[in-house]
Amino acid sequence: MSVAEQSIAGAEARGHGFLASSVGRKIVMAASGIVLFGFVTVHMIGNTQAYMGAEAFNGYAKFLHSMLHGGGIWIFRAVLLLATGLHVWSATTLTLDNLAARPVGYRAQQNVASTWASRTMRWSGVILAAFIVFHLMHLTTGQAHPAFDHANPYANFVSGFKVPAAAAFYIVAQLCLGLHMWHGVWSFTQTLGLSHPRYESLRRNFATGLTLLVVGVNISYPVAVITGFIH
Amino acid sequence: MELKSQIPDGPIEKKWDKHKFDLKLVNPANKRKYKVIVVGSGLAGGAAAASLAELGYEVECYCYQDSPRRAHSIAAQGGINGAKNYHGDGDSVRRLFYDTVKGGDFRAREANVHRLAEVSNNIIDQCVGQGVPFAREYGGLLDNRSFGGAQVSRTFYARGQTGQQLLLGAYQALERQIGLGAVKMFSRHEMLEVIVVDGVAKGIVTRNMVTGKIESHVADAVCLATGGYGNVFYLSTNAKGCNGTAIWRAYKKGAAFANPCFTQIHPTCIPVTGDHQSKLTLMSESLRNDGRIWVPKRKEDCGKPASQIPEDDRDYYLERKYPSFGNLAPRDISSRAAKQACDEGRGIGATGRGVYLDFDDSIKRLGQPKIEERYGNLFEMYERITDENPYKTPMRIYPASHYTMGGLWVDYNLQSTIPGLFVLGEANFSDHGANRLGASALMQGLADGYFVIPYTIGGYLAGIKPGSRIKLDDPAVKATEQTVTDQIGRLFAIKGKQTPDHFHRELGKVMWEYSGMGRNEAGLKKALELIPQIREEFWNNLCIPGTGEEVNQSLEMAGRVADFLELGELLCLDALNRRESCGAHFREEWQTGEGEAMRDDESFCHVAAWEYQGEGNAPVRHTEQLAFESLHLATRNYK
Amino acid sequence: MSKHLNLTLHVWRQKNTNCDGKFVEYPAENVSPDMSFLEMLDVVNEGLIRKGEDPITFDHDCREGICGTCSMVINGRPHGPKERTTTCQLHMRSFQDGESITLEPWRAEAFPVLRDLMVDRTAFDRIIAAGGFISVPTGSPQDANALPIPKVNAELAMDAAACIGCGACVAACPNASAMLFVSAKINHLGQLPQGQPERYSRVRDMIAQMDAEEFGTCTNHGECEIACPKGIKMENIARMNRDFLKASITYRPAVVGGGAG
Ligand SMILES: Cc1cc2nc3c(=O)[nH]c(=O)nc-3n(C[C@H](O)[C@H](O)[C@H](O)COP(=O)(O)OP(=O)(O)OC[C@H]3O[C@@H](n4cnc5c(N)ncnc54)[C@H](O)[C@@H]3O)c2cc1C
Ligand code: HEM
Ligand code: SF4
Ligand code: FES
Repeated sequence: MSVAEQSIAGAEARGHGFLASSVGRKIVMAASGIVLFGFVTVHMIGNTQAYMGAEAFNGYAKFLHSMLHGGGIWIFRAVLLLATGLHVWSATTLTLDNLAARPVGYRAQQNVASTWASRTMRWSGVILAAFIVFHLMHLTTGQAHPAFDHANPYANFVSGFKVPAAAAFYIVAQLCLGLHMWHGVWSFTQTLGLSHPRYESLRRNFATGLTLLVVGVNISYPVAVITGFIH
Repeated sequence: MELKSQIPDGPIEKKWDKHKFDLKLVNPANKRKYKVIVVGSGLAGGAAAASLAELGYEVECYCYQDSPRRAHSIAAQGGINGAKNYHGDGDSVRRLFYDTVKGGDFRAREANVHRLAEVSNNIIDQCVGQGVPFAREYGGLLDNRSFGGAQVSRTFYARGQTGQQLLLGAYQALERQIGLGAVKMFSRHEMLEVIVVDGVAKGIVTRNMVTGKIESHVADAVCLATGGYGNVFYLSTNAKGCNGTAIWRAYKKGAAFANPCFTQIHPTCIPVTGDHQSKLTLMSESLRNDGRIWVPKRKEDCGKPASQIPEDDRDYYLERKYPSFGNLAPRDISSRAAKQACDEGRGIGATGRGVYLDFDDSIKRLGQPKIEERYGNLFEMYERITDENPYKTPMRIYPASHYTMGGLWVDYNLQSTIPGLFVLGEANFSDHGANRLGASALMQGLADGYFVIPYTIGGYLAGIKPGSRIKLDDPAVKATEQTVTDQIGRLFAIKGKQTPDHFHRELGKVMWEYSGMGRNEAGLKKALELIPQIREEFWNNLCIPGTGEEVNQSLEMAGRVADFLELGELLCLDALNRRESCGAHFREEWQTGEGEAMRDDESFCHVAAWEYQGEGNAPVRHTEQLAFESLHLATRNYK
Repeated sequence: MSKHLNLTLHVWRQKNTNCDGKFVEYPAENVSPDMSFLEMLDVVNEGLIRKGEDPITFDHDCREGICGTCSMVINGRPHGPKERTTTCQLHMRSFQDGESITLEPWRAEAFPVLRDLMVDRTAFDRIIAAGGFISVPTGSPQDANALPIPKVNAELAMDAAACIGCGACVAACPNASAMLFVSAKINHLGQLPQGQPERYSRVRDMIAQMDAEEFGTCTNHGECEIACPKGIKMENIARMNRDFLKASITYRPAVVGGGAG
């Protein structure tokens, strides 16, 4: 339909529900993003046990698998899968809509307020998706691991990062995570309406602090393995 | 031609009530069978279109901008009057009525002005209901300020953007009706002709400004709310697109044009910088509440920066001449005083046509934050345009053409001399007499649109048979359409060398020189010689590239300039014939020894309404005598 | 008198919506720094007309930064380099002698180009028609002072109501999103007691229309806020999102009127 012929109708008349609406999908993206960031943060904290040696780390892994008689981890996995699915779905449909909204670009485009992080969300997201698949095959299911041992996650972790390419990809992915998080954390506060001028700087600082912490600690793992600090 | 004002009888306070009761009503079930065309989407047109649609009429609304929200009402800064007396400083309907009649120098119709003052309060209620964010005090109640020419605080304002906010209120009401399907909006459509059948208005012809298509639209009644013709001076505070085309073409179809010479010059505009100047920007008159106007006492000081001119060498001429009103003296008085100072060679700035508006004292007294709160956006605007910071150096201002009190003649019902053709807002002549007070035009536009036309048009429509509208294929419709097509064809056929703007500038120079702030017989006669020459040159040397079947801004401009070239002449003719000074019309021959305007109530206490007599013939001047029954004719004195 | 400038313009020329467009180069000579940007274009255009060429079409009206008509992307920035300034209020003193200036129309699917730098922004009107109002028929409201409104709310409403509907936010947004514009209206009305009855249907209806017009969605880049000549803040978008969330959770499908009288 050409724009000039657009009719005017309320949301109800259009059958324009929450998930059909752009803002609704934004909210889904933000909510699922929070779940994913929440997971990433908790995951990062849990993994710090790598610094306490094999026993502690394997014990932690075992605990995760035995929670709620082994059901706990599946609940986690289901939630994460759902969140990832919703996130990718909303991100993809919104990105396509956004591309369609500006079919012809500017010759002299100047960006003033946007950041590199905000402009690369869709790319950092795609790299993260690829990384998630790799990461699962690397350290959870083992297909992408040279010497996978189901019984010894700590060993998998150490030997896994001894492969320079794997460590490098891991580090690159963490940097993408950093970009995604830095904009994403700030962005979801905006999307969910948690904005108030008094807390404006808090929002930015929170995003920066959380990102530095998560990415810093995460990157320390392959670095520690490669430098032999963890062995 | 007979000018029947249709003023109801009875005491002035009761006239409107009585009239509302006497007007015939349209059966609610029949309302949707009547179609009303509203040309214009400003305060007057937007309010009318929305209100008429709410009542149930089928409405079509037209504007030349891309959206009804952009009508030039949007530019009004200062405020809107209302006789609420919220501040208990002695205001009342009667006082607003009195101030408006007096401000208009007793050249307005009493009954109309009284009605305006009565409905002023309803307007404020309506706007607040729509969500207009008027300024408030800490207790949450509405704030007021005083405005040029008034000694009470009765002006409601929304920062320096009152017109914008009022228009958005009307626009939103209009859009609501558009969404409901009750109004059909035609933006980017320029009205070029009224369709008149057997002396009655039956529709309009428009040009679609995107496709160039000439289209006819028929209706049971037509309302023109197309704004003022201030652009006849070329440089004015109006928008570039403001035009006299709609009312001019209606005039040529038989609508009388009243008091064309009553045009207002606004004292506080940013001075001209050079030949490239395309418009002048107003600095709200509200600035005069806190700013002091001065020029150097001596010519020699004019070149110096303001800060180097000591207090004693400054002439605060308004305070000196008009001690009780001082810097708040009415517009015409302060404009002329500025011109006089500059004529004496005491003007400031590169062109010598400017005076200072100085906030130094107020900043010292109230502090910069208070001034910023009151005028922040105006100061910013000034700095953007001039690159000077008015907190540090005084503003430079000079008068500019601003508002036109004249317009199509209408009776008490806002009906022109063509039955079925109603005229609203600045386009009519009705309420401001020879001079308009600040913050009264917004009031009048909204009064006409919200509270007058919805009643009076019913009285007209009740008298015609529903469904008796003419058809689009009526020969009269086709014939009118043809005149529009022919006129456009004639413009293209000239194939000369000059741009439409060139002729507009030439006209503007003549108008400003001979018919601006001061007028005299010799000058006006000179203008009446020069204007036909420019018109002649226009019709022989105009160039419009492109075709009529596409977006063509040169064509749009050319059509408007062609009309201004005729309207300007009528303006000067009217000025020549009004041998008195009144309000903004200052005939140098009629002034007191002190340079004050001298009215001649004996001979000119009337409205002059001009009737078109066909091309090449002199128009006929009719008069409507003004009777002052409730107020006494008094000399305006602002000393 | 300050020095006059000589500039080169690269202007997008397009005959109508259906034709292809291209950039054309024009010199702008002897430009006074006191001219406004549009006055500079007027001079160029008068030169073109005298040569019998089609002048550059651009939208403009008030030329004082309030009507929101003027609209062009100047060197990649809507309304040009100066913050909080519309094209018509931009003055040539913001440019250097010898500079090249690229002029493009607002670019968005929802704003088709009509000619050269002029676009169709009626999508904005339709969004307002879908819900950007308070339903208050003429003559119906009570006394204006009957409902006190805290000054803070009145000021916040005014901040949002200052939007001139120019569309620079859409033009600046990498996603051509209209959310700054839409949220400004929602917050203007949402701050006021008069706007409460329709607050939650308004946000749903306006967003539905915004989507139907094929605008993009905010990804919080912040380009709109910088481009906006009236300083409309992104905080409005956050508040709109919050209202939308609440509306979506608490929404009841059309209330059926009961009890014939
Ligand atoms: C800079 C400025 C500041 C002002 N400040 C104040 C103030 O503070 N207080 C106050 O009371 N008054 C003020 N005024 C005066 C006041 O704003 C106007 O008189 C008033 O708004 C006019 O409203 P209107 O509806 O009659 O016309 P407008 O708002 O001018 O509307 C005219 C409408 O007609 C349409 N139109 C015109 N010609 C055609 C055509 N040929 N075909 C189709 N459509 C057409 C236009 O598109 C527009 O929609 C100010 C005026 C200016 C210029
Ligand atoms: C799986 C692949 C992923 C893709 C394709 C993807 C894509 C995107 C995109 C396009 C955005 C919108 C950008 C914006 O609004 O500015 C976004 C936002 C976001 N993403 Fe992702 N992302 C992915 C993975 C992740 C992961 C793993 C996390 C968390 C660890 C995450 C958390 C977020 C958050 C919190 C937001 C902000 C939502 C908002 O705008 O409010 N994303 N993502
Ligand atoms: S939000 Fe700002 S940029 Fe967007 S339309 Fe309103 S004024 Fe223009
Ligand atoms: S022309 Fe009105 S805002 Fe620029």
